[in-house]
Amino acid sequence: MRLLFRHLAAAALLLWIVVTVVFVLARMAPGDPVLLVVAPGASAGEIASARARLGLDAPLAVQYARWARGALHGDLGTSVVSGRPVRGVLADALPVSLALGGVSLLLSFAIGLGIGALQAKRAGTRGDLALTLASTSLAAAPAFWLALGAIALFTYGASRLGFPEWMRLPAFGLHAPAGSGSGLAAWVDVARHAVLPVAVLTAIGAAGIARYARSTLLDVVDLEAIRAARGRGVSGSALALHVLRIALPGLVVLFALALPGVIAGSVFVESVFAWPGMGRAMTVAILSRDVPVVLGATLLYAAGVILANLAADLLLPAVDPRLR
Amino acid sequence: MTARLSTRAALLTLAIVTLLALVAPAFATAPAAIGDVIGGRLLAPLARDPGGHLHLLGTDRLGRDLLARTLLAGRISLAVGVLGAIVAGALGVVIGAVAGWRGGAVDRALMALTDALLAIPRLVLLLLCVALWEPGLQTVVIVLAATGWMGIARLTRGEVIAARGRPWVDAARALGARPARTLWRHVLPNALGPAIVATTLGVGSAIMLESGLSFLGLGVQPPAASWGNMIAAGRDVVVTAPWVSLVPGLAVVVTTVCATVLGDALRDRLAGRRRTALPPA
Repeated sequence: MRLLFRHLAAAALLLWIVVTVVFVLARMAPGDPVLLVVAPGASAGEIASARARLGLDAPLAVQYARWARGALHGDLGTSVVSGRPVRGVLADALPVSLALGGVSLLLSFAIGLGIGALQAKRAGTRGDLALTLASTSLAAAPAFWLALGAIALFTYGASRLGFPEWMRLPAFGLHAPAGSGSGLAAWVDVARHAVLPVAVLTAIGAAGIARYARSTLLDVVDLEAIRAARGRGVSGSALALHVLRIALPGLVVLFALALPGVIAGSVFVESVFAWPGMGRAMTVAILSRDVPVVLGATLLYAAGVILANLAADLLLPAVDPRLR
Repeated sequence: MTARLSTRAALLTLAIVTLLALVAPAFATAPAAIGDVIGGRLLAPLARDPGGHLHLLGTDRLGRDLLARTLLAGRISLAVGVLGAIVAGALGVVIGAVAGWRGGAVDRALMALTDALLAIPRLVLLLLCVALWEPGLQTVVIVLAATGWMGIARLTRGEVIAARGRPWVDAARALGARPARTLWRHVLPNALGPAIVATTLGVGSAIMLESGLSFLGLGVQPPAASWGNMIAAGRDVVVTAPWVSLVPGLAVVVTTVCATVLGDALRDRLAGRRRTALPPA
């Protein structure tokens, strides 16, 4: 219980420091934020009233207090471009990103762990070397480049190679422009739109996890505990359970930390596939100089990382007896 | 055996890529005549333009040779990646060393800042910074350095704290060395290994991040070429001419893989030396 409170307090303190750092960064930036809001030919009076409306005429300390109180209450201001509350913009985008990132992450773990285990079992063989080369290259490939490659394959490639109709996957957006009816047809439509972005994110994620799983499993297999179990005649799936038990804490931490990473990493994939999530909201806001949305998205990402860290800290004693 | 072979291959590849980037301006041909440009746009690899010039990797939508442009872009992408990683590494070493050496309130304040910046995914932090400042070459380097130092600061701090308690540090102190000299001559040389490994690995991610920012139009601005903005330039024609994006992307992958292999080899070597140099814990 005391541990829980200490972790919670540390997380809250960290969040407050992040809120402060983001405020300082925003105020350090050159240029007058008011000029982004008013029309190009605005008079001095209009500029002054806009400044007062945005609260930018108050002393810096007051601005900071307002910002921190708003941020900790979930009030992130208003979008300069659309006039909507930033909170609403992010609330629309977050579930879309979470779904994309969550599905990709689960697939990444399933595929990455399988490939890593296979490689560890056949370590040193040609197959292992080929898979290592493949996973290293995939982990080094920019996500947006792979995404463009996928689009090229299913448009340019599809017509050149004569793909059948059902294999011509849509590459843009969340669903067909005209709407695709309701019920099952709508779900199938969204799922078909999701195939390419999920595949790209999963390929990159699985490559990283396979690299981690291979080296971790090879380390664990070398431990005395496993050698002793082997000596006692444990083998096959029972031995695999012994190995997994030791590797589990590392995997739990990896999983918790990977979720915000995947969501942040989906910025490019969302941008290429026009997927209306957090990453797209942020890049669109940057290109239109919509600073409140950018700041709000940054805080939301940071809150996600801090929550994931907290979850890992709290979960770890449950899977690692040495920490109890 | 294979590990050493892959390290050599990576070193050789990086040397070739760097050399090609250095001599790239020699490949740049004189501007083609207008008629040739119009007939020479978006040529497929191995095609000839109306002027009869062979284009090994094809041309982009302005009729520019993709091979020459990829090599020219390599100058900027490599320079930005290496410079960004080295400045980030240096910043991390300084901050980590000060925190570990001074301890107390300085340490706590610096580590609180480090943890806060680590809580924001690096890509998001980068996007925040380019959103607030003007995009461009300088901004990219500064921002890569400003967002890349935290992990290295953590590593260096730990190493400095460990090295601070070594007997030779006590001996230097007893002989009357000033604190700054003790840190510089006796502590830092023993604490630098992990930072060097992390900086080498950082080159790859810096090149990737630069290409990402440039892809979004927030990094290196055209007409200057970088691998990222070349991939972006191929985005609109990816359906009809996929090779325009293919070549610069391959350059990013090859360079990043080589930097990763080198970093891993450095780490293995460092770990091997440690095992013999340090007494068992």
